[in-house]
Amino acid sequence: MAERTLISPAQLGRARGKTVYWGVLTLVVLLFTLVFLGPLYWMVTGGLKTAQEFAQSPPTPFPRSLHPENYSKAWNVMQLSKLLLNTLYYAFGALAFQLVLDVAAAYSLSKLRPVLGKVILGMMLATLMIPATVLVVPQYLTVLDVPVFQRNLLNSPWVIWLPSVTNAFNIFLLKRFFDSIPRELLDAASIDGASPLRTLRSVVLPISRPILGVVSIFAVVGVWKDFLWPMLTLPDPDKQTLNVGIYSLAQGVPENWLVAALAMASAPTLIIFLIFQRNIMSGLTAGSLKG
Amino acid sequence: MSAPTLSTSGKPVRSPHGDGPPPQARRAVFVRGLRRNLSAHGFLIGAVLCFAFFSWYPMVREFFLAFQKTEAGRTTWVGLDNLEYVFHDPAFWQAWRNTLLFSALALVLGFAVPFVIALVINEFRHAQGYLRLLVYLPVMLPPVASVLLFKYFYDPGYGLFNGILHFLHLPEQQWLQSTGTAMLSVVVAATWMNMGGATLIYLAALQGIPGELYEAAELDGAGLFRKIWHVTIPQTRLILSLLLLMQIISTMQVFTEPFLLTNGAGPEGSTTTVVYLIYQYAFNFNNYGGAAALGLVLLVLLAGFSALYVRLSRDSDSDSES
Repeated sequence: MAERTLISPAQLGRARGKTVYWGVLTLVVLLFTLVFLGPLYWMVTGGLKTAQEFAQSPPTPFPRSLHPENYSKAWNVMQLSKLLLNTLYYAFGALAFQLVLDVAAAYSLSKLRPVLGKVILGMMLATLMIPATVLVVPQYLTVLDVPVFQRNLLNSPWVIWLPSVTNAFNIFLLKRFFDSIPRELLDAASIDGASPLRTLRSVVLPISRPILGVVSIFAVVGVWKDFLWPMLTLPDPDKQTLNVGIYSLAQGVPENWLVAALAMASAPTLIIFLIFQRNIMSGLTAGSLKG
Repeated sequence: MSAPTLSTSGKPVRSPHGDGPPPQARRAVFVRGLRRNLSAHGFLIGAVLCFAFFSWYPMVREFFLAFQKTEAGRTTWVGLDNLEYVFHDPAFWQAWRNTLLFSALALVLGFAVPFVIALVINEFRHAQGYLRLLVYLPVMLPPVASVLLFKYFYDPGYGLFNGILHFLHLPEQQWLQSTGTAMLSVVVAATWMNMGGATLIYLAALQGIPGELYEAAELDGAGLFRKIWHVTIPQTRLILSLLLLMQIISTMQVFTEPFLLTNGAGPEGSTTTVVYLIYQYAFNFNNYGGAAALGLVLLVLLAGFSALYVRLSRDSDSDSES
């Protein structure tokens, strides 16, 4: 971190510079904690308050008495275990499909170079240029009656899993990473008689751990955060995701329970983030753009 | 791409007719190429089928839908009727005004605020990791959670924001319930939820600026703001313009935030966005033709921005490779 920035080290080194630096830093840290952590704190404690205290103005900073039973009541009344399991099922299914199909596609496009590969890649990337929401209506009509197979995918997990594979951005990220793997490594494997599948499994995938991690996290978080698509395609309350289920139950539940439910629904992705924050942040900046 | 045929002595053998390999070898090359291609396409087929069914086919279908009408199970070609219908709907113009207002507000907040935050965080030698973590935290929340949180904060009765205004002896607001403040309230919530990604990308760009440039500027007597204007901004120009385009493209498609915060329409339709109108046409009025026509208008408008984005990012790629 020797790299200097806007303000010169000499200026910072002076006594006045030091006071200003520490003053501003303290202020910013406090302000950010308040703005970004504050709402989470409010959510967790709001779930612990009584209904009267929750609806009180001005709001109390600390719950006067703790009511953890709000959490268990919300869990049971809103059937959060079912919603949570559904969401997990959709998220990890989508992850499996993306890992298998997108990795295979990116590997093929990067290393096996099939005829028309460039055209296929171009057509995949072109989907990034179409605003996603424009496609929601025709996509919805398609899953109502999938051509050729004549199947209605509504309320089935396939409706989340299969469209999640059409993630051109992930394929692009993977392909770029595979492109950087030296040719000689793969040639050596194929001289030893390894089939392309074997090469993928024992040479390419072990090297690609970091990018696979990034793609996996984005895949899971993507399903966890999606709202419009699952709302349209999973109308059966027994099949819904956390987002949709909580939204549709929000009206009939006491507010302090609802806030407790929100806290519980937020926990999984926040935990994923706290564990994998380094990978997420590096993937975000390395993958999307570079300066 | 045929490998030279080797004789037993290891020297390339010249075939009697020109340089090409003998027919047998050519056949072997062809078979090998075919096998290689078959396995390559085998790896591709799963993803290609998914794209075909859930991306490419819907793309084509969108165009057809926009010019068709389905009534009582019969589909007829109606040409520009859907577009005409949509253009004559007063809600169309209101939705566009709202969407443009949202985009403009979101650009001021969602584009400028992350940049300033990144500038500030980048100056610190301490707590950088913590601050970065905080800014990205809301991005990981499920949207129902963050949106309902803000709904409580905006509540005119016991909400946090009115509590703060009350404490400061300022007039309390109706926030989401008044036509004047509803859209702004939605934008503030949306910015809080989504700005983490942009901030981190700016931060990475700022860390790539060579320090000597600032030193040189200081020698020329530049103050803080001139350094930002003449060094920081030109050095991050490409990222800034890419994120600007990305912001325009995504804010014009806003749906979830107004849908969850104000049930989509808001007071007197003041938060109806174009995508919410598409949703209404399709899923409330069962007018898929109208929805597709609306989508097509949005598509045409955003395609220009998308093309510009792809061009710029390709330029940035070739820049960094050379």
